[in-house]
Amino acid sequence: MITEPTSKYLSNTVQSIQPSGIRRFFDLASSMENVISLGVGEPDFVTPWNVIEASYHSLEQGYTAYTANAGLFELRKEISRYMKRRFGVSYSAEEEIVVTVGASQAIDIALRAVINPGEEVIVVEPSFVSYAPTVTLAGGVPVPVNTYSEDDFKLQPEQIEAAITDKTKVLMLCSPNNPTGTVLSKGDLERIAEVVEKHDLLVISDEIYAELTYDEPYTSFPAVKNMRDRTILISGFSKAFAMTGWRLGFACGPKPILQAMLKIHQYTMMCAPTMAQHAALEALVNGQKDVVKMKESYRQRRSLVIHALEEMGLSCHVPGGAFYVFPSIEKTGLSSEEFAEQLLMKEQVAVVPGSVFGESGEGHVRCSYATSVQKLEEAMRRIDRFLQTL
Amino acid sequence: MNSTERELLKLIEKNGRLETGTIAKLMGITEDETKQILDKLEKEKVILGYSAIIDWTKGTEEGAVTAMIDVKVTPKRGVGFDKVAERIYRFPEVKAVYLMSGVYDLSVSIEGKTMAEVGRFVSEKLSTIDSVISTTTHFILKKYKHDGLVFSDNDEDKRIVVSP
Ligand SMILES: Cc1ncc(COP(=O)(O)O)c(C=O)c1O
Repeated sequence: MITEPTSKYLSNTVQSIQPSGIRRFFDLASSMENVISLGVGEPDFVTPWNVIEASYHSLEQGYTAYTANAGLFELRKEISRYMKRRFGVSYSAEEEIVVTVGASQAIDIALRAVINPGEEVIVVEPSFVSYAPTVTLAGGVPVPVNTYSEDDFKLQPEQIEAAITDKTKVLMLCSPNNPTGTVLSKGDLERIAEVVEKHDLLVISDEIYAELTYDEPYTSFPAVKNMRDRTILISGFSKAFAMTGWRLGFACGPKPILQAMLKIHQYTMMCAPTMAQHAALEALVNGQKDVVKMKESYRQRRSLVIHALEEMGLSCHVPGGAFYVFPSIEKTGLSSEEFAEQLLMKEQVAVVPGSVFGESGEGHVRCSYATSVQKLEEAMRRIDRFLQTL
Repeated sequence: MNSTERELLKLIEKNGRLETGTIAKLMGITEDETKQILDKLEKEKVILGYSAIIDWTKGTEEGAVTAMIDVKVTPKRGVGFDKVAERIYRFPEVKAVYLMSGVYDLSVSIEGKTMAEVGRFVSEKLSTIDSVISTTTHFILKKYKHDGLVFSDNDEDKRIVVSP
């Protein structure tokens, strides 16, 4: 991949990880014109205006300096209130919350704070593309556990037990899931919690899509009995508040772990961007109405897309959250890469091959419905036409 | 009004051209149900009509001039402002009439091809109504936002084509 002579300077760790399959597909898709993209993992809304204004005010008032390492105290207090109000979990703003540069950085420092070289982290696949590489970068060993469409891509507790070795330390959960949209119910989480407790695991629960669930009330993993003190909760503003470009997220968890994460954060990042923190504060205080509006619109589009896929005979479980559907393309006989590539070439519709999310993503493609109704309808017509040609 | 009806209204308020099939799929109901709800809401005059919001400055000159006219009137005994308002809203060039609180009584919005045409309407038709005491005409110089829609071009998708 990278040729001599400079590659000799690279660390073995970084050489051992592959570039993201999403990146490869991005390069291909962006070389083409008039693409309808169902390949985006982010909202199609612009950040609500009051939130944008809050960042202007922040700058106007001269907040152009660092904040506390853990983040603006007002923001942490508001995150604490928000977690209590929305999910019924209490965290101390002083010691148990760190504001980060996106949920992405929160995941990174969470792993680095807890992993010793060679320790194993169970990653539920299909999974968000960054989990396994971040585990590797932290010196850990990612252990994939596959989930399947027959189970609606729900992790079965026995699967965790089967994957456990004496090196296993962490279970990474993501509900609602990217790319499958699967939401674990309270009952699912309680069954997982039993295994977690029995084997004394730590859980990193990525709940960045928690606000975007459509069918049942959401249960946050730390709200499950006995789980608060063995969970690092990861969340952020990217998805619910349409703030992907602001790079703002947070982690909550028991004090010793969060203080360890804070050490890494303080030496590597100092703090999250100040004007983005003021914007996020506004989002938490006054943003819930916008979240509800955007969510309503995602729910409608989910319904549109699922109908369309059903009509064209691509089977698809009904995803309970996030803004992805993950239909099976197995009956076409194509691999997910071939399917995505041919669809892009023939009909200029970009979807993401399921294989980039792990082995068990093969046979599926990820379609994001965070796109206008008109574009979705056109994309569905094109996919249908593409299927006819196979 | 129930929540299904409200959801449907919000959808068509944003886009009156949505086909019933699409509305049905978006809401997860059948096409028949969608038609029934639409019929009912039309009968009850909750839905008054379906119209497009057009930026006339882009194409033809038609309706290119819009004016808002503040009108002071003497209310007639027994009928109040309603009769005067009716005499005004019957004119086809009148797009909207509102009864206002404050220093004037009626706000009338009218559209014409030219300023002269609007001027003629005010001097010949509006101010000659006998209960009209005075009019103040404001021409709209530029429309930025109308009925919740922004009149500008730059709403293209700024996202990269594939992202995590
Ligand atoms: C499951 C999941 N976690 C984390 C992230 C990253 O979020 P952020 O933009 O806050 O870094 C994403 C983004 O796609 C995601 O899908």
